[in-house]
Parts: sequence; C-alpha cells; structure tokens
Amino acid sequence: MPEQLIFAMEVTLNGLMAGVLYALVALGFVLIYKASGIFNYAQGVMALFAAMTLVGIMDGQVPFSHLINAIFGAHITHFGWHVPALVAIVLTMAVMVFLAWAVQRFVMRHLVNQEPIILFMATIGLAYFLEGFSDLMWGSEIKTLDVGLPQGLNVWIDEKTYNIFGYGFFIDNLDIVATVIAALLVIALVAFSQYTKEGRAMRAVADDHQAALSVGISLNFIWVMVWSVAGFVALVAGIMWGAKSGVQFSLSLIALKALPVLMLGGFTSIPGAIVGGLIIGVGEKLFDFLIGPLVGGATENWFAYVLALIFLVFRPQGLFGEKIIERV
Amino acid sequence: MLDSTEGYTTADGRKIGGVVMEMKNITLRFGGVVAIKDISFDILEGEIRAIIGPNGAGKSSMLNVISGFYVPQEGEVWFRGAPRPQMKPFEVARQGIARTFQNIALFEGMSVLDNVMTGRLTHMKSGLLAQSVWRGKAEAEETANREVAERIIDFLEIQAIRKTPVARLPYGLKKRVELARALAAEPKLLLLDEPMAGMNVEEKEDMSRFILDVNDEFGTTIALIEHDMGVVMDLSDRVVVMDYGKKIGDGTPDEVRNNQDVIDAYLGVSHD
Repeated sequence: MPEQLIFAMEVTLNGLMAGVLYALVALGFVLIYKASGIFNYAQGVMALFAAMTLVGIMDGQVPFSHLINAIFGAHITHFGWHVPALVAIVLTMAVMVFLAWAVQRFVMRHLVNQEPIILFMATIGLAYFLEGFSDLMWGSEIKTLDVGLPQGLNVWIDEKTYNIFGYGFFIDNLDIVATVIAALLVIALVAFSQYTKEGRAMRAVADDHQAALSVGISLNFIWVMVWSVAGFVALVAGIMWGAKSGVQFSLSLIALKALPVLMLGGFTSIPGAIVGGLIIGVGEKLFDFLIGPLVGGATENWFAYVLALIFLVFRPQGLFGEKIIERV
Repeated sequence: MLDSTEGYTTADGRKIGGVVMEMKNITLRFGGVVAIKDISFDILEGEIRAIIGPNGAGKSSMLNVISGFYVPQEGEVWFRGAPRPQMKPFEVARQGIARTFQNIALFEGMSVLDNVMTGRLTHMKSGLLAQSVWRGKAEAEETANREVAERIIDFLEIQAIRKTPVARLPYGLKKRVELARALAAEPKLLLLDEPMAGMNVEEKEDMSRFILDVNDEFGTTIALIEHDMGVVMDLSDRVVVMDYGKKIGDGTPDEVRNNQDVIDAYLGVSHD
C-alpha cells in the first residue's frame, strides 16, 4: 500500500477523534438553542468555568482566595486537601446546576417573550461576566487537569496497524475515551428529548412561551433544567479539552470551533452536531495533510469557516436543520 | 332572571350544575388605564358562557385574569368553591383550566399529534428516573395519554393531518388544532379567546358545531369571547356584556338582546 494512503488513513482517524471533541462543544449549543431559541454565546466560557472549578476543587483551592487575601491581607491559597476526581466531578456538577439556576433567576426570567437577538446579547454579557468571575474565583494561571483518563499512545492500535501496514498509527487514548463518552452522551440526550415528558416540554418551551404556559409547563423549571444539562455537557467538554491542552483562557475559544460545526449540522439537530463535528474534524485534518503543504500550512485555522461559508450559500439550514417554513 | 347558584336545565335538555368559577369584584389596571372595573360574574358547570363587547371592552383581559396571565389589583377569583391564591399561568393550567389564544399560540415546529400530546402533560405523572430506568410504567402512561389524544383528534376531524407540522396548516385548521390541544387536557373549564376570529362562514359553522359537540359530548364547561353577535347568541347559554371595562349586561341571549345599555353600546347612542 502506498505510504501516502496509509498516512491519509491515520490522519482521517485522528480527524474523526478531533471531530468528536468539536461535536461535544457543539452539542451544548444545540441543546440550549432547541430549548430556548437562544444561541448561547457563553457555552465555551461555561466549559472553561467547569474545568477551572473541577481543578480548583480537586486541588483543594480556596475560591476567591485572591480577593480574600487582598481584603484581609491573608495569604491563604489552598485548604491543603485533595478531593478524588469522581467526587470533584459530582461537586462541580452541583456548581453547574447552581449556575443554571442563577442564569434563570437573574437573566432569563426577566427576558420572557423577548426577541432572540436580545437573548443572544444577554448571553454575550453572561460570557464576559463568567470569564471574569472564574478568574476571580480560581485565579487566571494555566492549570493542568488530570482526572485519571488514560492518555498517550494506544499501544494496541499501534501494534495492530504495524502488523498490517508496516506502520503504526498514533492514536491518543484520550481521544478514544472522548469518543466513547460523546457517543453515550448523545444517545442519552436524544432519548431524553424525544422520549420523556420533560423532553417534550423542553421542545414546547423552545417553540412558544405563551402556549407552553397554557398547557401547564413551568418555564422556570424547564430553563433551569436545560441550562443544567448544557452545564453538564460543558463540564464533559471541559474535562476532555482540559485534559488534552490544559485549563486556561483559550479553552473558552473552542466555542468558536463549534460555530462552523453548527452551520454544517444545523442549529437544531443533535445528530447534526455529531455529523457536522466529524466532517469538520476529518475535513480540516485531511485538507491540512493534502493541500496544506502546497499553500504553506496552517490551514486548520480557517478551513472550517470556509466550509461553513460554502454551506451557508447552498444549504442555510445545515444538513439536518429544520427547514424554515414561512406562510404568508 | 336565572338563579345561578342552583343550576338549571336548558331548553335542549342539558343539565347545568353549580358554580365552577366566580369572579368577584375584579378590577384590573395597567398604569392609569382601567381595563376591568369592578366586574363580578359566575360560570356554571356544563354551560357555555360568552363574554362579548365592542373592541377594547376588556374581554381578553378578563380571560387573561381567569387563566392567570394577568393579576388583578382588586377582587377575588373563586374556583370550585374556594378563593384562588395568586397563581402563575402554568399553575392555573395544572388546576384544570385550558385555553386558546386570539392569535393562535401553537408549537409551530411540532406535528399536530405532538401539539395535542403537550395538552396531556398535566396528566403525566411518572418522574424522569422512572421514564429512563423503568420504561414499562412510563410507556403504559404514554400509551394511555396517546389514546386520549387520538380520540380528540378523531372527534375534531383532523386525523388526516396528524403528522403534519403545524406551520404548514392553514389558519382555520390551526384554530382547530389549538382547540384539540386545549381539549386534550380534559379541562374543568375551557377558555376560548375569539375561536372564530378571521374565519369564513363555512369555517365558523364548523367551529360552532365543534364547540357545541364538545360541550354536549364531554360536558365541558366553556367560557368564550366572540365578536360575531349572531354566533354568540346561537351558541351560548348565558352572556356577559362588557363595555369600557364595565359590565353592562348579564343573562340569557334574549335578555341581553333586549337590554337598552347593550343596544346603546353596540349601535351607539345619540347625544343630542
């Protein structure tokens, strides 16, 4: 088999794995968009906040320590204990549920029946607030996150592929774990929104606030629920990306990578987010591998956006998005 | 005058029972504007009660007070023999008061069947855990609710469009789907806000027939707002007439028709 083709296969596999991680971020957007018609600009920052909180709890960091020290002249930074990863994840989830409640109580509740653009602006505000808040709470230095997920070269795949092609594929264990977790997450989310009464209520709220109220749905409850689920997805994305590339500000920028994924897959489709993520993941890796050398490399930075633009021209609702029906 | 506490039997032999809902001295203000001024009336079990009046009389505001969308500054709402504490609209719905809207509020992205099924939400009891872990019980519940929904879809003759997304339907059918969703809740009181607004004669006749059938078949208590005087007089057992936020008439269609204040409000009165 030609060497070039074997490399291309490895690149494709890696692309698929990267795509899963993009999809994971995109999922959070789709959920909130489906349930409230809001494009949640803060989703990336939520992932950052979740990852920082998780690291902070695991390391026994004192929240707001900089603030406390500045006011009282103290020098406390850590409690001096370490929390096991699993317990820390549960505690972080509790924090995310609290965040969901706070968003509902202090932002959403006051914006019932407003235009989507106003809700969108509110999430931009939320993103900047949360960004500053997480720095204030946990400090802005770069942290490493290790929740005990397997990392590094997968030896089994390396050996197998070496035996077949005479060349061992480099596949990161973390990517494999991420793929499995993302798949489970998607199955759970689809089942939730299609087969439970809370899921049906969620879709109803997304469609029409007034009508939802009139059939006995509590908007506040649904919003807290949806933002909690989005917080959970943000936590999972935060763990995966945090473990891969450290917990730091740039983590919040993965939200920008989710945008082309959403344009491809459609803002309202959970399977769309997955397929869109995979296409972008494989597309940008293959493009960089095949065309990259001809144009001086670094195509990964812009390929996704150009692909999304092309999609916008020919299929504005995305691959799986609902067709917009307008009766005049 | 009718004795509203005892109930009565209508000319066509339907039995009208005791008081389901009573509005006591309701006053509703928006800033300086008085939308409803000290209005009292009751709705009896099993009757079709109409609220009529010229534009801006406060009819829709009254319906919104009953369904909890507006909170009156003064007065009490009594439901099934007890004063109702201040409630959010979704809590009112859970008490068994369903409604439709003047400008149709459907879930446009969902199919007709899904829309009607949302009307069953108040009847679904199993928790999230039960739904995800022990599917059997939750599935039985879903099936039972689905049967009710299908029965109502049959009743309102919209079987043919069960799976159609609501956004594709013409106006008249949307109105009917909205009625189906409200009916699916098996409400103790059904509120219809201008169920025939914007319809042609044929559609109006269909809708009138459905309203009468619903009342007859399920014994549903109905309070409705309507502009079309002819329709109201044919449909309703008793009529409340409002004008500029005040009640100017209350009684059977015949009584209301011969009420001088009502005639003045509708035809105008000379001021010379």
